[in-house]
Amino acid sequence: MSEHVVSSPEISIPHAPSSGTGRIWKVFWLLSVVTLVELVLGFGLAKHWYGDPETSHTAILFVKGALCILSLAKAFYIVSVFMHLGDEIRNMIMTIVVPLCLFIWFIAAFLWDGNSWRNLKNTNAGSRPAQTEQHQAKPVDKDAKK
Amino acid sequence: MSTTALPTNTKWWNGGRSPFNASYGKVMMWYFLMSDAFTFGAFLISYATLRFSLNGWVDANHVFNAFPFFGHENLPLAFVSLMTFILIFSSVTMVLAVHEGHHMNRKGVEKYMILTILGGLAFLGCQAWEWTHLLTGEHFVLVNGTIDTMNTTVSHNPWGHFAAQDEVVKAMQNTSPEILRSMVMEHDHSATAASLQNLTSADLISKINLNEVQVAHPGPPSFGSYFFGITGFHGFHVFSGVVINVVMYLKTKLGHFDQRGHYEMIEKAGLYWHFVDLVWVFVFLCFYLI
Repeated sequence: MSEHVVSSPEISIPHAPSSGTGRIWKVFWLLSVVTLVELVLGFGLAKHWYGDPETSHTAILFVKGALCILSLAKAFYIVSVFMHLGDEIRNMIMTIVVPLCLFIWFIAAFLWDGNSWRNLKNTNAGSRPAQTEQHQAKPVDKDAKK
Repeated sequence: MSTTALPTNTKWWNGGRSPFNASYGKVMMWYFLMSDAFTFGAFLISYATLRFSLNGWVDANHVFNAFPFFGHENLPLAFVSLMTFILIFSSVTMVLAVHEGHHMNRKGVEKYMILTILGGLAFLGCQAWEWTHLLTGEHFVLVNGTIDTMNTTVSHNPWGHFAAQDEVVKAMQNTSPEILRSMVMEHDHSATAASLQNLTSADLISKINLNEVQVAHPGPPSFGSYFFGITGFHGFHVFSGVVINVVMYLKTKLGHFDQRGHYEMIEKAGLYWHFVDLVWVFVFLCFYLI
């Protein structure tokens, strides 16, 4: 247990090896429980809410948002404990985490685009010849231009 | 954090030492994984964009409801949960191998590397079964007024919404006897191809119980391309991770890391392996849950 860990000469301050595996098992149980919760939510999503036209879109969106947040939590624990990024010095963490913030724009912009594409298709807005019934409803038209 | 014991005049950027207090190889492994994260991110975002642009997608609980040796039993998400837990568990054995490496315990590293490799192989086996099940499973689909069978491939998707019964009744009139025979056999397990051989289409139609046979419209074909593309790319990462882990196991066994004086290679292989698990978290979220 007490061997001195020799590592590459670039490392000024060797990391003291952790003594126990308690933290690893704690994260394992945490990941398992979060996965089970995700499965229950995902199962309910399709089984009871998709098929039912009464379900509000907000409720479905809420559950999907919860699933995304739970997945991000799992990702955080895998990266910070299993990959030991949490034990690295702050500057190194930042060179990895800051570029990943591009994903915020990346996801928002593309999903917005996909949504707009669907609106255009559904309303025949854009280049297709106008069809009277679709252009009577003003809110739809407004929506399509978004 | 290890910055506490730092002398105040340490010149981090003067060369000869890592400003991040980590070896070159490890830092570069992190940057490689970051770039790989962007690759996977681009794939998943492309998939999400396409899905946002369509009015309907497939119901994952319906597509992924099979389990080996359970036949036609409806077990939604059960198999993929198994795959997820296999990957989580092999992540734990990997981090335990890294832990043993920190303590220079060769036997411990060997044991946990073997378990990690087995976990990886089990995952690949599961994925091979799942792909085979999707690629070979035939489903009845209503296309152009007739009923046909379709597999799940990169260009075919039989998982659209179910066709209404009156539509199916109409389409059966134009359907080939071969398809009608398989529709009968779908629910009447006493029937065989030979026993139905001489029946006319009208006789076959009268034998079909539409409450037992599901006929769907084709779904968006992009489902198969994205599913096989992204899970395939992830599976390829798992495969290369297993190869890397086997190499690391052999090097441990041969005592290379004991000679070197540290087990940092195990840490680097571990980073890659955990990344594979990390990507699965999001593949699982995007394809199976939402």
